[in-house]
Amino acid sequence: MTLIDFFRHFTNAMQWGSFYALIALGYSMVYGILMLFNFAHGDIFMVGAYIGMFISTGLVALSSSGIMPMPGWMILILTIVTCMILTSFVGMLVERVAYRPLRGAPRASAAITGLMVGIILETGNLALLGAQRRKFPVFIEKHTYDIGGVMVTNTKFLIIFLSILLMIALHLFIRKTKWGMAMRAMAYDFVVVPLMGVPINTIAAMTFAIGSALAAAAGIFFGIAYPVLEPYMGMMIGWKAFVAAILGGRGSVLGAALAGFLLGFIEIFVAAIFPSTLRDLIAYSIILLILTFRPHGFFGEAYSARLRL
Amino acid sequence: MRMPKSSDQATELGAKGSLIKKIQLQLRQVPLLGWLAGGMVAVLLEVTLGYPLARGLGLSGIPGLFGLRLILTKPIQTPAGLVYVFLVYLLPTVVVALLTAPFANRLAKLLLERFPIWISLFIHLGLLYGIFHLWGSANDYRVLLLSFIFVAIILTLSLNLINGYMGEFSCSHPGFMAIGAYATSTLTVLLFVNDDLFGAALLPEFLGPFMFPICLFGGGVAASIGALVVAIPSFRTRGDYLAIISLAFTFIVKSLIENLEVIGGPRGFMNQPRYANLFVVFVWMVICVWVIYNFTRSTMGKAANAVRDNETAADAMTINTRKAKMTTFLFAAFWAGVAGGLFAHIIGYINPSTFGIFKLSEVLAMVYLGGLNSLIGSIAGAVGLQLLMEILRPLAMLKWIVIPVLLIIVMIRRPAGLISFTEIKVENLLKSRQKKSSQEGR
Repeated sequence: MTLIDFFRHFTNAMQWGSFYALIALGYSMVYGILMLFNFAHGDIFMVGAYIGMFISTGLVALSSSGIMPMPGWMILILTIVTCMILTSFVGMLVERVAYRPLRGAPRASAAITGLMVGIILETGNLALLGAQRRKFPVFIEKHTYDIGGVMVTNTKFLIIFLSILLMIALHLFIRKTKWGMAMRAMAYDFVVVPLMGVPINTIAAMTFAIGSALAAAAGIFFGIAYPVLEPYMGMMIGWKAFVAAILGGRGSVLGAALAGFLLGFIEIFVAAIFPSTLRDLIAYSIILLILTFRPHGFFGEAYSARLRL
Repeated sequence: MRMPKSSDQATELGAKGSLIKKIQLQLRQVPLLGWLAGGMVAVLLEVTLGYPLARGLGLSGIPGLFGLRLILTKPIQTPAGLVYVFLVYLLPTVVVALLTAPFANRLAKLLLERFPIWISLFIHLGLLYGIFHLWGSANDYRVLLLSFIFVAIILTLSLNLINGYMGEFSCSHPGFMAIGAYATSTLTVLLFVNDDLFGAALLPEFLGPFMFPICLFGGGVAASIGALVVAIPSFRTRGDYLAIISLAFTFIVKSLIENLEVIGGPRGFMNQPRYANLFVVFVWMVICVWVIYNFTRSTMGKAANAVRDNETAADAMTINTRKAKMTTFLFAAFWAGVAGGLFAHIIGYINPSTFGIFKLSEVLAMVYLGGLNSLIGSIAGAVGLQLLMEILRPLAMLKWIVIPVLLIIVMIRRPAGLISFTEIKVENLLKSRQKKSSQEGR
């Protein structure tokens, strides 16, 4: 592999990893606070991508019909903001319907309801919109830059840049604001902290909302990079992001982001070096090895009696 | 154990009068043997008179699934279907069960007291299989449905060992099943089929059905060996990390099979001889239930329970937790592999994408619907979900909205499943239900 090839794959891996990282953050945050995994998260990503598709199609039509001409970046920002807000409501709805009634129940039961909500979202989409694939509209002109032989498109830069921006925003939110402090406290102990007057339901709903908003952003970015959407797109990518969330150490936001990127790197580079059909095989064997020798991920705490099952 | 008490209560209520209460009281005294006899009469009735009766009622044929599918496919025929079900199944079963109750009670008591328990068990199972066989003889659809239900029971029970009895959250069952299915298929096709893939058969074809159990055993052992990949990391970690390890295992197995051109790769593997007829699947299902029943009552099963409840404490109480984990994982994987092998030989075609996330969701749903840590719950969950999927099949896609909604409701109402943490004793099932004998019994 030449150096140029390496950098080409590097940019691809950064882009691919940013999808995983954004989705894994949602898993990880919900885990940190409620100690359960939101298995519907991959499908919330799918819902986000579809909502983004509808909004941007509308905006592009509005813009091109001359009623309200808008430049591409404005469409992008409007799409991202409205889509994140709308999808966060979907996330809160999921929390209200499928997770809040089960808060005291065995964790595996909540996992099952999450799985079922995911199936409902997929099938609901299939039933409402039909099985044909949808095309994500193009509203940003694609430019290809040649940097020392490495061909990079502007959308790739944009996606990586915006993803990292969102992650930094999340980090600042968790570290610097009062709500973020409440979330951290809840993650520390969600039995005693509610007694101190921190509203657990609000915090839980907020966590789901933020996680879903991030997944929605990932959905839009995915749509920009690979403009074909289908109802089952969230399934595989969701499970893989779940793997990333665990790999980072459960409940660790930084770990989830890093592991998301790592998973992207592993997948892209395995596909680059070996035949691409071997991608899953080798990628998951690596993960299996990592978890065998480092059983609690990169930043997770060692498994202890605190683990409730 | 609870039966005598409730029948006492029923006596007090029933003494006051109404006819329904009296019948209820009578029904409580019917032993399993009586119900089986009733069922037998019902299916015999269907085999002999079912078709003319169905035509006479204006149905296009014998209702496939107790008329339940008619509700969605041909709503206009629903009343006729209900009448058919009442006349052919409900009425004969109840009447025969009531009429034979005294005799059946005496027989059940005699069998249990005079002979070893397995004779009684054998008679019950023989009757049960007779019912299934006759019921299935009406059409092939029923045979296929029954076979899938039996395979689902094996799968659910074996996953319940890991997720219910040992308290892990394992996602590796599709992987075990795939290994079992492919290993068994490779063995049978290699040995008994003239196939493009492996060339001429190595052994004469007539040996096939007799050697099939050995091939299935081989498939189960292969799945157990695969399970080492999940079992060894489970020494050091559990909970979510183990869930991921097992999930990664499923992905790896699927991807590995897709890349092995020798066994068909992504195109799938076909030409399996159809050795798994209803009888074979039934027998394997019974063996599985019996062995797992014994496992859960053995010290190893109790050790798995102890590991679930508190691993450190279990360790302190001199339980070899590693051995318990290892045994449970390998044992469960063995049965999952057997289920996979049976599955492959029922439909005669397998494909790596069968053993993916959807299969995982289905198996998990069956376990958690039925109930953790409970054999009877697992059986109920497997039968319930499979029947539900069949009944709702006419809804096509919408089925996958209705079933998840139902499951969510069940999970919210009963978070550990419908029938969880209940143990049954075979003796209690088989015993006579007559009031006198049950009182003196316990």
